[in-house]
Parts: sequence; C-alpha cells; structure tokens
Amino acid sequence: MVLPTRVWRFGIKPVVFAVALIPAAWLAYEWWLAFQGQPHDLGFNPNETSNRFSGDWALRMLLITLALTPLTKILKSPKPILFRRMFGLFAYFYVCLHMLSYIWLDMLFNWPELWADVLKRIYITIGMTAFLMLTPLAITSTKGMVKRLGAKHWQRLHKLIYLIAPLAIIHFFMMRKGFQLEPLVYGAILAVLLLLRLMPGRRKKLAKA
Amino acid sequence: MFIKNRQNWHISENDVTPERLYLNRRSFIGGGAGAAILGASGFAPGVLATPKRQLEELNFTKTAFDPDETLTPYDAVTSYNNYYEFGTGKSDPAEHAWRLQPKPWSVKVEGHVARPGIYDFEDLINMNALEERIYRLRCVEAWSMVIPWIGVPLSSLIKMFEPTSDAKYVAFETLEDKQQMPGVKSFFNVLDWPYREGLRMDEAMNDLAFIAVGLYGKELPNQNGAPLRLVVPWKYGFKSIKSIVRLNFVADQPKTSWKKSAPDEYGFYSNVNPNVDHPRWSQKQERRIGEFGRRETLMFNGYEEEVTHLYAGMNLRKSF
Repeated sequence: MVLPTRVWRFGIKPVVFAVALIPAAWLAYEWWLAFQGQPHDLGFNPNETSNRFSGDWALRMLLITLALTPLTKILKSPKPILFRRMFGLFAYFYVCLHMLSYIWLDMLFNWPELWADVLKRIYITIGMTAFLMLTPLAITSTKGMVKRLGAKHWQRLHKLIYLIAPLAIIHFFMMRKGFQLEPLVYGAILAVLLLLRLMPGRRKKLAKA
Repeated sequence: MFIKNRQNWHISENDVTPERLYLNRRSFIGGGAGAAILGASGFAPGVLATPKRQLEELNFTKTAFDPDETLTPYDAVTSYNNYYEFGTGKSDPAEHAWRLQPKPWSVKVEGHVARPGIYDFEDLINMNALEERIYRLRCVEAWSMVIPWIGVPLSSLIKMFEPTSDAKYVAFETLEDKQQMPGVKSFFNVLDWPYREGLRMDEAMNDLAFIAVGLYGKELPNQNGAPLRLVVPWKYGFKSIKSIVRLNFVADQPKTSWKKSAPDEYGFYSNVNPNVDHPRWSQKQERRIGEFGRRETLMFNGYEEEVTHLYAGMNLRKSF
C-alpha cells in the first residue's frame, strides 16, 4: 500500500486486467480449436464445459468485486477501490460470455425453445433476471454516467448488486443435481462479504471519536 | 480372414505396466528411490499415480441389438461419467474409481425368491454366454451416447433365483464403501447412500433389460460400474445402477435414490420421454456426445416397439 496511486493505476492495474482476461482467452482458444476439429480441452461435452466455465468465472469476478469494499476496511487503505469498477465490468463480461455460450453454442439461437426455457425453468428465469439487472450497472459504470445520474442516484442504483449476487448464487445452486457442496461454498463466501459490510466502518468510528 | 480393427484405446502388450509394478505402485511412489527409477525408466509418474486396472478381453457373441448408429468413442464412454460415489464432476469417476476393488465380488440376493443367498460374481455370470448389445444411453441431463455393452439378459439372472408370485419389484443397491469411494463421506453427502434403484418385475424381465459386465469387448472399467451393472436403455441413465451388491425381490415399489432426493424431478419409472420435461430443463432434445448440434429425443429412447406395452393404460405424465 506504500506504492503511490500512480503505480497502482498505470503499473499494476493493466497486469491485473490481463490476468483477468486469461480464462476468456482460454475459452475462446479452445472453442477455436474445437471448431477447427482439432484436439481441445473442453472435454466430451464442450457446451456443458463452456456454460459452466463462463458461469463460474462470472461468479468469481462478482465475488471479487464485492470483496474490494470490505478489503479497504481490513487493509485500512482505499487502494482496492481502484480495481472495483474493473472487476465489476469483468463480472459483466463473463456473464455476457455465459449468455453467448448458452444462447449461441448451446441453444443455437433456437429462440422459441430459448424463450420457453426462460419462462419455464426457474433457475434460468433467475439467471436471466440477474443478467438484466446487471446490465444497467455496467452501462452506468463510466465517469460521465456517474456525473449525469448524480452520486446519490448512482449509488442507489448500484445497490442492486446486493440483489443480483444472491440471485446468481441461487441460479448456481438450482442448476446442480442433488445437494452439492460447491454452490454452498460460493454462497458462504457471499454471506461473509455481505456481513463484513455490517462491521462498523472507519468513518463512523472517526465520527464517534 | 480375421481382420482386427485397432481402436485408438488399444495399446500394445509392451505398454502394459508389469503386474508386480502395478501391485506395488503405492510403496513404489512413496519411496524417494522410486522417483529416481521413474525418471530413469521413462515412466510418466501420472501413469503410475492413477493406476488403471488391466481389463481382460471377453468372449461374446454379436446380437441384433444394434441401432446402426455411430458408436461413442471409448475415451468418452470411459471418461465422461456420472458416478457420484466417486465425485460429482464428470471426470471424477475416471480419476478416482481405481480405488474400487471389483474382484472378488458377490451379490446378496434376498426377498421373495426360492433361492436367496450370497452369490459370487462367477456364479452369477456365465462368461461363456456373454453377448454384445449396442444400446443408446440417454442421460436425464439431456446428453446421450451409443455404447456396445457386453453382458447377459437380466431375466437370465432373475430366473436363476426363482422369484415367487409375491415378487412385484426388484430393488437394486450399489456398493457403499468410504474406503473405496471418496464421494461417500461421513459429513456431506449429495445423495443418501447406498445408491438405490428398482424395476417393476415385468420391466426387469423385458428382453431389453441387461446386466453388463463389459463394454467395447473388454471388462467394465471401474468408472462404468464394474464388475456388473444394470442397463435399461429405454430409461434415463441413472436407472442403470452400477456396481451392484444387492438384489431384493419385494412386493412394494422400492424407494429409489433420486426420487427420494427430489421427488418432483425424478420419478420411479423415469422412462425417456420427450413430452414430459424435467422441471428444470426440456427433455425434447439431447446432445449426442461428440456432436455439436442437438438431436430430437425419441420416445422410450427409440425402444417403443419393445417396451410400450409395459405402460399400457398408464398416464406417463403422472407416472414419470
């Protein structure tokens, strides 16, 4: 944290950006191999692998985004905030890949079937709702939009994330067969991240002092 | 002339790990000297770390059970599996099932039969009567395969036990062993073990119902349910219970694992039916492993002719 903000912003951030792109690059490369009819690492059911892989990373990016605010308290430094928008947008980026994987590669743009799925399968309905709610957050992530909305309205809008994240976890939990551990682990992490927000913050403490 | 078609899984005799080495694999890997020998001999450590059972070739006769469709490659059949006792991931069974000890094996037969008892594998399966049946396999998760199974009709086994008229259903159980199965734990379990399945007596006696002991001309790999498993091709894959240790001939419909876990999603019959959706996904179509597109799912997985009469007068939407 001793490093100057300049180094964080222009030195470390691009590196983190590149690293966060690696899963997407891997997925794209493997699909490219698969389409060429070459050996690939997507397994025997590439669509299933691709849906799950993109979904997993969307969730992870979402959890990282939500971890940054509590991290400022733990580290007693505002630096993690420098990464918050980037990870938020990465979460949206991976959600978009997830949608592309499902709508294009899995459903092959079969819109009637897709629509039937969205309406009929509760876990898809929930997933779609989360995606639709995340979209305005991505659109209003620019500095210009923050100004246009005003900080207060912007913040109120972005509180939607506290609804989106649990929906995403429920979507994950419902998609699995049986009572599986992995979604519960993601859920537990989310619960911790949300509970940390209830911890007394620095400002309050300072105000009291 | 006998022409031997080499499959890509065929390896030559000199690629086979010597049995002595295989049997000593753990002490072998454990020792520091082992690593040196491994390096010197050019063995890939991974090959020894996840030892594969040596699968014996089986003698069998071909049958007319052949849908004349492209077979799913051996690799896919043996590395893309649902066998939750070894983990919930599709590659978990292939990775962990080496712990399973399929030899020696015995099956407990009880209930309404004239000849109950504990039968050794060798007494149950006449290795000279093996036949090959190429069946479609349709998983409830909407993917499918075409697999050449080797085995015997289930009815031939059942006749051996001489069920009485009180036997209305057959209940099956898979092995439950924490030592051999990392998915069977003491604290967090996906399903209530042991895994249980069942068939109505007339379903079990149907000519399609099959007990497989091999696939692709060899013994069953552990991850596919060694040493013996059920294959009921007109039902969703989870009905085809693996590594069977118990058969119970009962009067009432037995409780089956998936039905117990989610009764609104999995029924006792679980016949492949494109018109009755799973609550969470459509069953109209399926993805044949190895293909990118989707295929239409067939009623009773394409075995309408053989099994439709079993369900005459039944509401298949209710009895799903």
